Amino acid sequence: MNASAPHIEVMRSQLGRARGLGAGHSGVAHWWAERVTAASLLPLSTWFVVQMFRLGGADHTEVVKWGGKPVNATMLIALIITTFYHAQLGLQVIVDDYVHGKAHLPTRLLVKIGTSLLGLLGVIAVIKLFVRGSTAK
Amino acid sequence: MQDIRKALYVGSRSDGRLIQRPMSPHLQVYRYRLSMVLSIMNRITGVIATAGATLGVFWLGAAAKGPKAFATARKVTGNPLGQLVLLGWLASVIYHTVGGIRHLIWDSGYRYDKKEVNKDGPVAVGVTAGVSTVLAAGLLAVSICRKRSRAKAGKVS
Repeated sequence: MNASAPHIEVMRSQLGRARGLGAGHSGVAHWWAERVTAASLLPLSTWFVVQMFRLGGADHTEVVKWGGKPVNATMLIALIITTFYHAQLGLQVIVDDYVHGKAHLPTRLLVKIGTSLLGLLGVIAVIKLFVRGSTAK
Repeated sequence: MQDIRKALYVGSRSDGRLIQRPMSPHLQVYRYRLSMVLSIMNRITGVIATAGATLGVFWLGAAAKGPKAFATARKVTGNPLGQLVLLGWLASVIYHTVGGIRHLIWDSGYRYDKKEVNKDGPVAVGVTAGVSTVLAAGLLAVSICRKRSRAKAGKVS
């Protein structure tokens, strides 16, 4: 290389340069996931509000019948997974912003585990409701 | 010192004594702006929406468990205090949705000038209030109608 040619000295390893990522150690995956889940939640939550209009004041038999329909169970599971994934991404940003020091990692793990378990609980509830509704007469 | 950032606030005076440098102006010195209230509200409503979704999961769980558990859930959703909580959840979800749509618009490069942001803020508040009121009133009306028709049919609750 011609030493007299104008150039900038960058203190950065070749591996770091190849990865193309900075001090954040990751790219825009989190940002994109937040936006994609947000956009997906628009139709999903609209569907849920419409269903609540159908179910307002309903008793147990009616709810079970509703939950026993495959389309409803599918939409519910999609809604629950998207909701809690989006919640996880959002709460993570809040924790990153306001919780510092030693408390940061445990709080972040708590958010991750908590939202994951709640989402799973919701999915299991939908499956149970679906089994109940699709086998009931 | 737990946080590395705090180290950056340590400076030295001309006589060599170490002091903690002042932080830049924070919340309390700024004049109230609607945009800053709406920004923090987007976060707060996001947290409330998550809490509400948790309640929703428990509602589904109660329905899956059986008539007895569901009756308990209906006691919660049926009484005024429970309905106030549901209204809070609904309004939070609506505002978070409105705020989220605004964010998606900003991300696409529109309506992000100072004047546009200030113009859209009150609209966001109005849309939230309007949609929340209409949906809440509608849902309440539907549940009351169903209750009445069930009472007419002679079924218990």
